[in-house]
Amino acid sequence: MAKRTALYEQHLAAGAKMVDFSGWEMPLHYGSQIEEHHQVRRRAGMFDVSHMTVVDVTGTDARAYLRYLLANDVARLRVRGKALYSVMLNERGGVVDDLIVYLMTAPGVSGEWFRIVVNCATREKDLNWMAERRVRFDVSLTEQPELAMIAIQGPQALGLVAGVVSASRARLIEQLGRFQGQESEGWFIARTGYTGEEGLEIMLPEEEAVAFWQALLAAGVKPCGLGARDTLRLEAGMNLYGADMTEAVSPLEANLAWTLALDDPGRDFVGREALAQLAATGVKTKLVGLVLPQRGVLRAHQRVLVDVVGVGEVTSGGFSPTLGVAIALARVPVETGATAGVEVRGKVLPVQVVAPPFVRDGNKVFS
Amino acid sequence: MSNIPNELKYVASHEWVRNEGDGIVTIGITDHAQELLGDVVFVELPELDTELSAGDETGVVESVKAASDVYAPLSGKVIAVNQELEESPELVNSDPYGDGWFFKLQLSDADELDDLLDADAYGEHCEAE
Repeated sequence: MAKRTALYEQHLAAGAKMVDFSGWEMPLHYGSQIEEHHQVRRRAGMFDVSHMTVVDVTGTDARAYLRYLLANDVARLRVRGKALYSVMLNERGGVVDDLIVYLMTAPGVSGEWFRIVVNCATREKDLNWMAERRVRFDVSLTEQPELAMIAIQGPQALGLVAGVVSASRARLIEQLGRFQGQESEGWFIARTGYTGEEGLEIMLPEEEAVAFWQALLAAGVKPCGLGARDTLRLEAGMNLYGADMTEAVSPLEANLAWTLALDDPGRDFVGREALAQLAATGVKTKLVGLVLPQRGVLRAHQRVLVDVVGVGEVTSGGFSPTLGVAIALARVPVETGATAGVEVRGKVLPVQVVAPPFVRDGNKVFS
Repeated sequence: MSNIPNELKYVASHEWVRNEGDGIVTIGITDHAQELLGDVVFVELPELDTELSAGDETGVVESVKAASDVYAPLSGKVIAVNQELEESPELVNSDPYGDGWFFKLQLSDADELDDLLDADAYGEHCEAE
């Protein structure tokens, strides 16, 4: 039996085409995925992301544990509510999952704790992984499955949300810095997202989710499905776990070197040794962006041909509604230059090789 | 439930055929097909004057979800193609039996029309798939 979020009936009422997503019945689109995409780039759209896994990390060793578990360093979180993107690595330096971690208190205080949001598709694996690495630390891991989560994204998202919430929550939204979240009257409101736009991700008790969703609808925020979520994150150059990175791939080969905190040589974290070896010997592949200037659509698993250098593979691809052409992320030999070819339906089409992202805050950003 | 107009004929590969008389037919893809594909982003159509045999691969529909071949439901010569789809591929989604038509054929063998599915048979085919 597929799992349903607290907003299931709302999706049906909005005409959603529901699909199975890792055991959850989730909306793929509500009519047109492309219109939903434009809605987020131009105004504001909302996504039900209640299927994502929220885990609270508490206990006297919460900080030490996360500094060991994660490749990025929670010591970089110096303000209450600040968020950090990180990968969790295995001992071979491969990516177990990517996640967001929030510092829920002031840094270093007694009772300091953190909240982590990991992917739904990797929930069980992640929970086991995190539990197994807890042994020498005094920490508790508490999943929060009763929280609903709604992401409101787009240039008008903050203002529209502020218009339908209580005065104190509205004030908080005004004060939040980018990539920061705070609790307010039982809701956790964070200025984060997965679209490359301004926006919020709000965790709230399930029983309050329907009323909030309906208030947003009434304010003109359009519901958006997993389809638009994927094209928005692809344009924003954000990796999708399981596609652009896996346990077999290191962050150095996934365009994620920027997420590795290596400045503290005394910090031992899972995968650090393997990473150091990889960095010393040099990796053979890299993750790049591709743009197809002609008709056709780039899709996952298509072969990328690089003259003289070798072959690679599209890890995720699709039509970019903002740019009107197909774009992709692809893993290619490190020697790859500014051009390549992709095998699309039996023909090799020339593509431009670029550094992601493709779109930020509504505008094309590569050249 | 998708829309399957009674006055049209169909093939199992999800194209529809409208008999315009004088051996001329209009061809497109069905409402069921466009629903499965999701938003259409490119349509590649046959060239004018191409001679096609029934079953020939003659074009591609690329949607946000997948690429799908278009087959010629009947044999004949391409006498018109829908240029609008170049600029507005979304017509395939919004009006699959009207402005979203693909191309017209001058049939070389009008008897082939008898081989096509009627609306009921096509509806059963969609449910069985």
